Amino acid sequence: MSEKINLTLKVWRQKRGEAGGFKTYEAKGIDTDASFLEMLDVVNDEITLKGEEEPIAFEHDCREGICGCCGSLVNGKTHGSHERTTLCQLHMRHFKDGETIVIEPFRAKAFPVIKDLIVDRSGLDQIIAEGGYVSVKTGNAPEASTTPIKKELAEAAMDAAECIGCGACVAACPNGAAMLFTAAKVSQYALLPQGHPERTQRVKNMVAKMDELGFGNCSNEYECAVACPKGIDVKNIARLNREFIKATLSQGK
Amino acid sequence: MKLDAKIPEGPMAEKWTNHKFRVKLVNPANRRKHKIIVVGTGLAGASAAATLSEQGYQIEAFTYSDSPRRAHSIAAQGGINAAKNYPNDGDSIYRLFYDTVKGGDFRSREANVYRLAECSNLIIDHCVAQGIPFAREYGGYLDNRSFGGAQVSRTFYARGQTGQQLLLGAFGALQKEIKKGGVKMHTRCEVIDIVVIGGQARGIISRNLITGELTRHEADAVVLATGGYGNVFFLSTNAMNCNASAAWRAYKKGAAFANPCYTQIHPTCIPVHGEYQSKLTLMSESLRNDGRIWVPKKAGDKRPANQIPEEERDYYLERKYPSFGNLVPRDLASRNAKQVCDEGRGVGPTGQAVYLDFADAIQRLGKANIEAKYGNLFEMYNRITDEDPYTTPMMIFPAVHYTMGGLWVDYNLMTTLPGLYALGECNFSDHGANRLGASALMQGLADGYFVIPNTINDYLASNKFEKVSTGHDAFAQAEKEAKDKLDRLLAVKGNRTVDDFHKELGHLLWENCGMSRNEKGLTEALEKIPQIRAEFWKNVNVPGSADDLNQALEKANRVADFMEFAELMVRDALDRPESCGGHFREESQTEEGEAKRDDENFCYVAAWEFKGLDEEPVLHKETLEFEEVHLAQRSYK
Ligand SMILES: Cc1cc2nc3c(=O)[nH]c(=O)nc-3n(C[C@H](O)[C@H](O)[C@H](O)COP(=O)(O)OP(=O)(O)OC[C@H]3O[C@@H](n4cnc5c(N)ncnc54)[C@H](O)[C@@H]3O)c2cc1C
Ligand code: SF4
Ligand code: FES
Repeated sequence: MSEKINLTLKVWRQKRGEAGGFKTYEAKGIDTDASFLEMLDVVNDEITLKGEEEPIAFEHDCREGICGCCGSLVNGKTHGSHERTTLCQLHMRHFKDGETIVIEPFRAKAFPVIKDLIVDRSGLDQIIAEGGYVSVKTGNAPEASTTPIKKELAEAAMDAAECIGCGACVAACPNGAAMLFTAAKVSQYALLPQGHPERTQRVKNMVAKMDELGFGNCSNEYECAVACPKGIDVKNIARLNREFIKATLSQGK
Repeated sequence: MKLDAKIPEGPMAEKWTNHKFRVKLVNPANRRKHKIIVVGTGLAGASAAATLSEQGYQIEAFTYSDSPRRAHSIAAQGGINAAKNYPNDGDSIYRLFYDTVKGGDFRSREANVYRLAECSNLIIDHCVAQGIPFAREYGGYLDNRSFGGAQVSRTFYARGQTGQQLLLGAFGALQKEIKKGGVKMHTRCEVIDIVVIGGQARGIISRNLITGELTRHEADAVVLATGGYGNVFFLSTNAMNCNASAAWRAYKKGAAFANPCYTQIHPTCIPVHGEYQSKLTLMSESLRNDGRIWVPKKAGDKRPANQIPEEERDYYLERKYPSFGNLVPRDLASRNAKQVCDEGRGVGPTGQAVYLDFADAIQRLGKANIEAKYGNLFEMYNRITDEDPYTTPMMIFPAVHYTMGGLWVDYNLMTTLPGLYALGECNFSDHGANRLGASALMQGLADGYFVIPNTINDYLASNKFEKVSTGHDAFAQAEKEAKDKLDRLLAVKGNRTVDDFHKELGHLLWENCGMSRNEKGLTEALEKIPQIRAEFWKNVNVPGSADDLNQALEKANRVADFMEFAELMVRDALDRPESCGGHFREESQTEEGEAKRDDENFCYVAAWEFKGLDEEPVLHKETLEFEEVHLAQRSYK
C-alpha cells in the first residue's frame, strides 16, 4: 500500500557557464508509489508557483528505463542505490520518511554540466560514430535466413546490445572511463559474424576516440558494472581488450 | 487544395515496382547539390537520413534529444512484422497486406499498405545485416511470435526491446553517415516552424535548446519524421517529450491533416495509480499470447484474485471471440475492458483494471519458460507496482498509445505542401482506423529505408530550385513569429503550471474523445477546448527566460499547440458519426455492441485544411477504393 512521506532534498543547482552549489528543498507528502522523477515534478511545481527561482532542470523522456536520458547521482550513487535501475524506475517506496537525499549531476571530466542535473554526454555518440555499427548500405543485404547464428552467440550479443547509453558507468568510474559502454558495442559486433569484416578498425578507432575525448583509462575497478542499470557484464571489457590486442598485433604484420 | 493520392496504375502487386521505374531519378553527380532537411531521428527519420545520405544527398537532421538514440522509438517492446513466412504457417505478402487493411477497419489506402507488406521482408534482411540481435531458435534461425490481429506468427523480436535494437541499428547507420560527412546532425535542436517560399517547403526555424538561439536552415525539401500526437491526452505510453508541434506548424503552413480522431488505445498498460502520475507504462501486447484476461462475473466482487474460484471468473475475450480469444485486435480488447469496468466488474483499488493472468501458462510451460519469454516485462511490472506477476495476476487497463491520424501524404509520402514529406507515425498513411501490433516499426522503417529514397528523387528531379537565402523575408517572418510566441508565453506570468493545463485538456479528451465517443460529449469538448486555451494564455506560468535551457518553456510551446490541435481532433471525431477501428461512436454499433462502419457514407480519408485559427477548417475527402480486400464488417468471433 502506498503512503505519503516527507523528504529533504539537497539539489545541485548550476547555471550555464557559472559555478554551481547545493540548495535545500522540502518535498512534502510524496506518494511512495511515485517514481523519483515524479517526486521531482512535484517539487518543481512548487518552485514554479512560488516564483522565486527556476525549476530544477533534469533530463528525462521515456520514464520507463530504456531511453537512457535520465540519471543523476543520488546520495553519491548513479541512478540511486537500487540494483539495475534507472532513476526513472526508482520508486519512492525505497526511501524513508524524513530522509535527506543529495542529488547532483553525473560527475566526469568528459561530461560537462550544462545546467543543474543535465550534463553533456555527446562524447558517447562520437565514440559510436567511429565504428559502433556495421557499414552496410540500405539495399545491400542478403536474405536474412542465409546467416544462421548460434543462439548462444545471438543471446550474448543481445546482452551487450542492451546498453542504453546513460553514462552511469562513466560517472561511477573513478577514472571517468567509458570502457563498459564502448566494450558493450565492440562485443556485440565481435560476437556476431556481421561485425567481423570491420572488427580491427572498429576497436582501434573507438578506443582512440575514447582517449581523445578525455574519458579516463580503465584500471579494472569494476564500479561501472555495479552502476549499470542494464547489467552490462565486465566480461565485455575483457573481450574489448582481446579485440584491441588482436587489432594492434594484426596491424604490425 | 486538391487531394491527389498519385496511386500508380496497374495491378496491386506491380504498382510499386512500376512506380519506381517511372519516377524521375537524380543523377548521382547531382545529388550532392540537393540539401534535404530531416526533422526527427526516430526509426523513420534516422533510417531516412542515413539512406538519403548514402545515396549522396546532403542531409541536415534535427532532434530535440541530446542524441538520436533517445527517440521514442526506443521504447517499442514487442516486435516488428514481416511476411517472411519462416514458420511456414501460410503467411505471404498478400496476407500481411490483407490483415493490415482489415485490421485498419478498411480506412487505409490499399496501394500503400501493399507496398508496406512488400517492404517488410527487405527490412528484416537489412536489419539482420546491420547486426541486430533478433531472437533465434536453437538451429540458429530467426524466431517468430504471434501478435494481436493475426493468425500467423510473423513478428520478429529482440527480447522485449525490439524498438531499441532497431533504433540503435538506424542510429548506427546515421552515425556512419555523420562520420562520413553526409549528414550534419543537430541535437538538442527543436524545429519550431516550417518556412514556405513560392509555395514550396524550403526550410525550417530551429531553437537551440541549450542557448535558446533561433536559427534558420534552408533546403530543397523538408522531411518530417516527428512521431505521433498521443501526448495530447497528457497521460499516454509515449515518451514525455513526444509532441505534435512540427506536424501542427506544417498544417498551419498548408499541409492537410488527416484523420486526427484516429487514436489507438492499447489494452495492456499498467493502470493509473495517482494524481502525481506523469505517464503510463505499456506492458507488451505479446503478453496476450500466454496471459488470460478476466474479471469477476459479479459486479462489485472485491475478493483478491486468488480467492475467486474458476467458475466465478469471466474470461470475456475468450468467451466472446472464440477464434481469436485474447489475441483480438487492440481496439476490441480495449473497448471490452472498458465495458466490463463500466459494468462495475473492474478490479484493483480504482476498479479501472482487469486481470492478465499467467497461472495457466506457468503451469503448462513452467516458470522458467515464462521467465525466459517475459522476464524483463515481469520485472518492470514488479518495479512499478511492487507486485509479483508470477504469483498474483497482473492488473492492466487501456491507455493512449499510438496515433493513426497524421499529416496527409500521397503515395510518394509528400504532404499537400510541395516539398514537405511526412514519414513514420507522423503521417496518416498505412494503418487506417486501427493499427495492428508490430506494424509501426515496420512502417517507420519501410518509409525511411525504402520508400522515401525511391520517391523524393521524383520531386527533386522534376522541379527547378532557385537558390534561397536564409535572409529571405519568409525566414525572417517565421523567426519573428516564433520569437514573439515564446515571449508571449513567458510574459503571461499566471498562477497555473503548464502541466496543470495539459492535464485539464488531457482529461477532457480522455473522457469525451477517448475509447468511446458520442455527439453530446464531443460537442461539449468542442466548446470547452477554446475556453481552456484562452485560460492558458491568460493564466499559465512559464518561469525562466527564452535565451537559456528552459524546459518549462519547451513544454509550454508544445502544449500551446496541443491546445489548438485538440480542437481539430474533436471536430474530426464529431464529423464521423460512424464507428471504425479505434474510433468508436456510441451511436453506431451493432446489436452485439461491436463497432459498425458506414461504408456508404464514410469510406474516405478526412483531410483538413487550415483556414486560420478563428475560421473553421475545410474538409477534403479522399475516397477509398477497395480493389483487393472486399469491404466487410470485421469479425474476430
Ligand atoms: C511503449 C510503446 C511500445 C511500442 N511497441 C511497439 C511494437 O512493439 N511494435 C511496433 O511496431 N510499434 C510499437 N510502438 C509504436 C512505435 O514505437 C512508434 O509508432 C514508432 O517508433 C514511431 O517512430 P517514428 O520514427 O515515427 O517517431 P519517433 O520515434 O517518435 O521519433 C520522433 C523523432 O522526432 C523528433 N522530433 C519531434 N518533434 C521535433 C521537433 N519539433 N524538432 C526536432 N525534432 C523533433 C524526436 O526528437 C524524435 O527523434 C510502441 C509505442 C510505444 C509508446
Ligand atoms: S554500459 Fe550500462 S551504465 Fe554504461 S551507458 Fe550502457 S547502460 Fe549505461
Ligand atoms: S527517462 Fe528514459 S531511461 Fe529514464
